[in-house]
Amino acid sequence: MRSTFKGLLALAIACPASSAWSATLDSVKKNDVLTCGTNSATAGFSLPDNEGKWTGFVVDYCRAVAAAVLGDAQKVKFIPLTPKDRFTALQSGEIDILAHNATWTSSRDTSLGILFAGTYFYDGQGFMVHKTENVTSAKGLDGASICVTQGTTTELNLADYFRSQSIKYTTVGFADEEAVVKAYEEGRCDVLSADTSTLNASRLRMANPDDSVVLPELISKEPLGPAVRQGDDQWFNVAKWTLYVMVAAEEYGVTSKNVDAMKSSDNPSIRRLLGVEGSIGKDIGLGDDWPVQVIKQVGNYGEVFDRNIGKDSPLKMERGMNALWNKGGVQYAPPIR
Amino acid sequence: MSDLSLPAPSRRSLSLHDKKVRGVFYQLLLAGGLLALVLGIGMQTASNMRIRGIPLSFDFWNEAAGFDINQTLIPYDALSTYGQAFWVGVVNTLYVSVLAILLATLLGFVVGVARLSQNWIVSKVATSYVEVVRNVPLLLQLLFWYNAVLKPLPPPKASIAIPGGIYLNNRGLIVPEIQLHSGAGLVGLAFVAAILCCILFWFHARSVQRQTGKQLPVLLISLVTLIGFPLIIFLAAGEPVSFVAPQLKGFNFQGGHQLYPEFAALLIGLSVYTGSYIAEIVRSGIQAVPKGQTEAAYALGLAPGKTLRLVVVPQALRIIIPPLTSQYLNLIKNSSLAVFIGYPDLVQIFAGTVLNQTGAAVQVMAITLSVYLVISIATSLAMNACNRHFAIVER
Repeated sequence: MRSTFKGLLALAIACPASSAWSATLDSVKKNDVLTCGTNSATAGFSLPDNEGKWTGFVVDYCRAVAAAVLGDAQKVKFIPLTPKDRFTALQSGEIDILAHNATWTSSRDTSLGILFAGTYFYDGQGFMVHKTENVTSAKGLDGASICVTQGTTTELNLADYFRSQSIKYTTVGFADEEAVVKAYEEGRCDVLSADTSTLNASRLRMANPDDSVVLPELISKEPLGPAVRQGDDQWFNVAKWTLYVMVAAEEYGVTSKNVDAMKSSDNPSIRRLLGVEGSIGKDIGLGDDWPVQVIKQVGNYGEVFDRNIGKDSPLKMERGMNALWNKGGVQYAPPIR
Repeated sequence: MSDLSLPAPSRRSLSLHDKKVRGVFYQLLLAGGLLALVLGIGMQTASNMRIRGIPLSFDFWNEAAGFDINQTLIPYDALSTYGQAFWVGVVNTLYVSVLAILLATLLGFVVGVARLSQNWIVSKVATSYVEVVRNVPLLLQLLFWYNAVLKPLPPPKASIAIPGGIYLNNRGLIVPEIQLHSGAGLVGLAFVAAILCCILFWFHARSVQRQTGKQLPVLLISLVTLIGFPLIIFLAAGEPVSFVAPQLKGFNFQGGHQLYPEFAALLIGLSVYTGSYIAEIVRSGIQAVPKGQTEAAYALGLAPGKTLRLVVVPQALRIIIPPLTSQYLNLIKNSSLAVFIGYPDLVQIFAGTVLNQTGAAVQVMAITLSVYLVISIATSLAMNACNRHFAIVER
């Protein structure tokens, strides 16, 4: 709410000189810091650690953008946002980029004045129930109370799904993800519904993670991705290609460890990716070594995935749909040339 | 002595040396400046929004909302429009505010009088309540009622059964559903008729007392009429009203009416908090009535209860009502804290979900602010009318 008001204030008093949003890249360079809106607290995705340093999957994406633009992955200011406030914060210019677990939809792309710049995580909405209820399918949820986060696609999918199945249910909505999980844990709701990534992350934070079970049904497609303001094509490209560079690096086997050695690779694709050949930096308005900085300081897509939410993390999520296209998934970067 | 006469009116010109003209001039200047500022901000916002591609229109109003709301007093489902969702929010806000105002006023008057009680325990209990509640932030109190009192209640399968088919659990209070059969309307009519009879009888009793000094047993006769008359019709019509007890089926009770813990926590929190302020207002109002008034009433032979009711309270009301108005306004505005405990009020539904789904931040916030403004001004006007009614009439 506070963020909404701040956003409105910014809309009201911003001077007309900043008219077209064509200069996000310049302003980020000038301020020497990237302002990034993220989830307030979702384990594995965006969470401050014991020392107050932000870590997580979407946090690392922000760091990658900072490495690309400023050459330093640490030059990021994180603004935690609730789902309710996130788009207003982006619209009004309070943040430079939104790296939230926000679902890319047609209406958000066309009516909010923002653009999604790709998909860093393919997700779907699922249900988590208390084991004691002995429910094995979402079709058995007749009469259940369901806790959801307000202002998400979750709320809309629920209404669609249960209407099409003619199942009665009641929602209990909170603005804050933590309040939602708490209400479920304390038994106010029978069911917690969210994207499966969030369900798994929430489960980690529960007192008794094994008391809950995730039902097999996925009721929606939830491509989660970063978003930028409309009308700034240069910045849109930076956001989009930072993600693609990370995916391409994984495809070509370039990691944070071997990136320097890879510069002398014979593979033309790798040489173009790392800026040894071609002009990956000039046309986008960045230095030629920007992909190297991204990969060296943050890592390729697979490294970021494994470290935060995959096999090397407490979440232990499968790559699944998020595996590369040539390994059974759908993560695919257009050619870099 | 013609040279001492006042200057002729024709000599007055529109000069800034004239105090009146100067006054009007500065007033106009200020008003114009303010208007220009407001217009400027408005136009600046509109142009900034256009540049950033943020929706400017109110087209979303008639689009399907697509989300569900758990507590609605007016018809609503996921296929309803955003406009309908707005009205659900307005009605929910008014519903909880009106009930909380009634409860807080009741609580405040009882506690305010109790603080002045001669009974040591009663007055100390009232004082402790006021001091504790007044000095803890409202949001914490709401979270306390919701998280520490209502949520730890047992789950549906271990509900606390209250005689009469009522169940209490962490999903709320579930009471039997009232089912009306043919003839139920007659019972309702009988009840309305009984109320009208009571009012007429009260007027009659008052005129009898004014003319003869005799007091008729108004309370007893009213109670008998209010309960007896509808009861006779109820039995005569073959008991057309029945209660269907809620049944535990699957996850929760099916059938019956449900009072949600989110609503209950907000209602209790707002009433208890505002009640403590009203108690202080009532206490100070009563103490502001000169002691001589009470003594005079005793000297005339009025009993203590009647002295309070007929002499002290009517005079105290004049002092109580103006600050009471601001408490009511505060309560209405505080109801927007509902957003923290999941009660679907105007802020949660409209400035929350609708804003997020449509992205129309400026329009939604402007409408939300206007609604609170309208509700507050209406309350203020009503209380001012009430104040005029109780004010001292100069004879």
